[in-house]
Amino acid sequence: MASGQQWVLVEMVQAFYEAPAYHLILEGILILWIIRLLFSKTYKLQERSDLTEKEKEELIEEWQPEPLVPPVSKDHPSLNYDIVTGPPSHKIIVNGKECINFASFNFLGLLDNERVKKKALASLKKYGVGTCGPRGFYGTFDVHLELEDRLAKFMRTEEAIIYSYGFATIASAIPAYSKRGDIVFVDEAACFSIQKGLQASRSFIKYFKHNDMDDLERLLKEQELEDQKNPRKARVTRRFIVVEGLYINTGDVCPLPDLVNLKYKYKVRIFLEESMSFGVLGEHGRGVTEHFGVNIDDIDLISANMENAVASVGGFCCGRSFVIDHQRLSGQGYCFSASLPPMLAAAAIEALNIMEEDPEIFTILREKCRHVHKALQGIPGLKVVGEAFTPALHLQLEKSSGSRDTDGKTLRSIVQYCLERQIALTLARYLEKEERFLPPPTIRVVVTVEQTEEEIEKAAGLIREAALTVLK
Amino acid sequence: MTVWLTDVSVFSTEALQASCNGVAYNRPFIESFEETPMLVAVLTYMGYGILTIFGYLRDFLRDWKIEKCHIAREREEQKEFVPLYQDFENFYTRNLYMRIRDSWNRPICSVPGPKMDLVERVSHDYNWTFEHTGKVVKDVINLGSYNYLGFAENSGPCAEAAAEVTEKYGVGVASTRQEMGNLDKHEELEQLVARFLGVESAMVFGMGFATNSMNIPALTGKGCLILSDELNHTSLVLGARLSGSTIRVFKHNNMQSLEKLLRDAIVHGQPRTHRPWKKILIVVEGIYSMEGSIVRLPEVIALKKRYKAYLYLDEAHSIGALGPRGGGVLDYFGLDPRDVDIMMGTFTKSFGAAGGYIGGRKELIDYLRTQSHSAAYATSMSPPIAQQIIASMKCIMGEDGTTIGRERLRQLAENTAYFRRRLREDGFIIYGNNDSPVIPVMLYMPAKIGAFGREMLKRNIGVVVVGFPATPIIESRARFCVSAAHTREMLDTALSVLSEVGDLLQVKYSQHRTQPPMYRAFHDTSYEDADN
Repeated sequence: MASGQQWVLVEMVQAFYEAPAYHLILEGILILWIIRLLFSKTYKLQERSDLTEKEKEELIEEWQPEPLVPPVSKDHPSLNYDIVTGPPSHKIIVNGKECINFASFNFLGLLDNERVKKKALASLKKYGVGTCGPRGFYGTFDVHLELEDRLAKFMRTEEAIIYSYGFATIASAIPAYSKRGDIVFVDEAACFSIQKGLQASRSFIKYFKHNDMDDLERLLKEQELEDQKNPRKARVTRRFIVVEGLYINTGDVCPLPDLVNLKYKYKVRIFLEESMSFGVLGEHGRGVTEHFGVNIDDIDLISANMENAVASVGGFCCGRSFVIDHQRLSGQGYCFSASLPPMLAAAAIEALNIMEEDPEIFTILREKCRHVHKALQGIPGLKVVGEAFTPALHLQLEKSSGSRDTDGKTLRSIVQYCLERQIALTLARYLEKEERFLPPPTIRVVVTVEQTEEEIEKAAGLIREAALTVLK
Repeated sequence: MTVWLTDVSVFSTEALQASCNGVAYNRPFIESFEETPMLVAVLTYMGYGILTIFGYLRDFLRDWKIEKCHIAREREEQKEFVPLYQDFENFYTRNLYMRIRDSWNRPICSVPGPKMDLVERVSHDYNWTFEHTGKVVKDVINLGSYNYLGFAENSGPCAEAAAEVTEKYGVGVASTRQEMGNLDKHEELEQLVARFLGVESAMVFGMGFATNSMNIPALTGKGCLILSDELNHTSLVLGARLSGSTIRVFKHNNMQSLEKLLRDAIVHGQPRTHRPWKKILIVVEGIYSMEGSIVRLPEVIALKKRYKAYLYLDEAHSIGALGPRGGGVLDYFGLDPRDVDIMMGTFTKSFGAAGGYIGGRKELIDYLRTQSHSAAYATSMSPPIAQQIIASMKCIMGEDGTTIGRERLRQLAENTAYFRRRLREDGFIIYGNNDSPVIPVMLYMPAKIGAFGREMLKRNIGVVVVGFPATPIIESRARFCVSAAHTREMLDTALSVLSEVGDLLQVKYSQHRTQPPMYRAFHDTSYEDADN
């Protein structure tokens, strides 16, 4: 090898001596030109503008931005909030009037439970209120570790991770796993926090019709064909299905066993959002996996917020350590945000204690849901959207007037009628310009274990009256 | 090995005023970011190189089962699935982070006040798993928690007020602001915040991170331009990305870079179509928590007025910590709150609670009440937390009838000045503005990150160390947060221990130590004493 190289070198030197002068001069000039090009400043095309300084100043003078925010009309439906004086418990004081609460997601009635309050107070006396730091920098308290442990044991998974805000839970979890180039199949009725998580992940999003497994299978088959065309890319593209256990927008449950079948057939991972079904469905309140008897290890990630049944603040994700541990370094809402205040974590632990001690509470809740569902049937002009065992139903206008504003006003008058007669209801709120598949305007009716039969009958009767009065 | 100090007004304040684009500052603006010594930089790169080589070696051994593998594995049934993580994504985590993982996520079991109790934990397998021994390390001096005014306490008027509210209201809210979650406590808090900041109206949210990521998309959209500082927090970056606007980044705290971007944006318009931009939003922070620098607000406001842009100021670390009345950067510079379009901040740091706020003109807040993602979809703030903020804010403003607030503000400023001066005299390289209570001390080398954290803990001081990816790869640092609750003795103890550990680990890199006053030659006027 070396001798061959040496031989080439000798030849080169010989050629150098034998070359004519003009050749050498030309080569020299070319080399100098290359050196000059390498060291000269690159020019950007954008800056090649032919504007003089004076013209630039004129443009700067003339430019007028839009106002920072467009004006909001005084009677915008979402501007004037209903003011709740005092605790948002079963008997709630709205706009000065005491009402029965059919609007807060207090499914298990734990918002004003004495035991929960006592534990929160004890925690306040020990730790103060705030944590003054994110989890990585002295913001991890022993209460957080205990809560994560208890949640993992309750859900029978390996590990759980807590977030300090319910909305941020699934919105941080999805982008931690799904990146640019990955594919996510989502139900059309997914809630807003899932949509924001998907937007932050920059993956390809494919929507399938609500609860329509055939549509999902069609999409999966299409993807399979795509994969066969480009197997190398397919080997590194992760796929996920994101569904909710109980949908907050439509009140029905996802067909989990079919989803698990599709998972193994097409090799997609499932992320399940259980905010509405945690503490509601299942014999022990473990959610939709217990409801259908599906093995919890078949679901890759379960995410829920602790602001509904658990009546605290925050959210959690649970699953196998292989999956959950990743979020401790890549979940943005976990790493870059202060941790959950310890008193809220202590309240959540006590709520879990109550849930574990008394599994009867879930059966009672489901009974009440059925009761409410039945009582609200047959109201002229309004139809009930949601399954019989869902604790958060929607009442939709049977015949829409065609304009969302008018429908909204009609429903608001029904709500107002009920508020004046001491039943607290609320309109389901959406951001009209931001939702991908905007649900129609509805009234939200929430069932809690604390509601008695008379109260349910009274509420149903009032809604019927209101509907008859308003929808004449 | 020249040292480059930006805008250090060591000669006279007039020199500074002349150099800042003609904008007068009402006080000396002294910031320094001493350049990395060449030898240290080379050694740091070498250190990372060696760690990478060992990383590959260990991965190889783990693959071939020669070394025991502690990493969690995928399920048997899902082995055929596309792998959830790419191997190279986690290389840094497996091989560098794991070695010094015990410096982070240290569990505490007391109030995160000036002294705290840590849960003792040990690892028998080199940080792969931790065990709690059951013992508690008591009275560790806390230099890591964001407790600037010392409101992290479990007794006293704020805690009592919060306890009362817990009794009355409970802990949860279970509904959104627009539905049934708008309590009278929220209204009270919002009016108080507006008064504190000096703005027309304010709105509060349950999480500081979410305040940014959910409200910037409501304010800007496609066709708008966001000019964001290089070192902005993740929440601001996420909010800007979710909004769909074009984002352009200017060099950290560099007004020439910002002005150039503004001029180019207005003159050339949107890329390719050259249509004019709908809005231009400048996003800056009050105090940058990794650098300890304070934003040059008078200049930013001058630029914003000249070019008709809007200003979004994130005062997460500066509200309550700067300024004679605790009003943040605006108070510190003596500026008018009406000049800033959107004032955002969090309650986690100086108020000992949780959550965030946005303050501004009434039209802005009304618009956010209807269009903010948080108002429509996220649960509102918990009542005892709101009460803690109300109580602490009243205390800072002096409305509770005591002078505790004023005392604490003064104590914080004094502690900051003292701590910074002593650190500089000892010979550490510290970054940032002289008045910022966030003090990064440079460590540079990866091994020193772990060693520093552990040595300080052995001597009963809890510190925060940060490395890649939160900082540039060779600029690892330890970050101290001074609190008004730290007494002079605590600071002195901490400083003597720091000096000891600094000598042990050789982190006193500064090449120009200011001599303490008594050693200075009497004719030497080239260094002005920082605290007059």
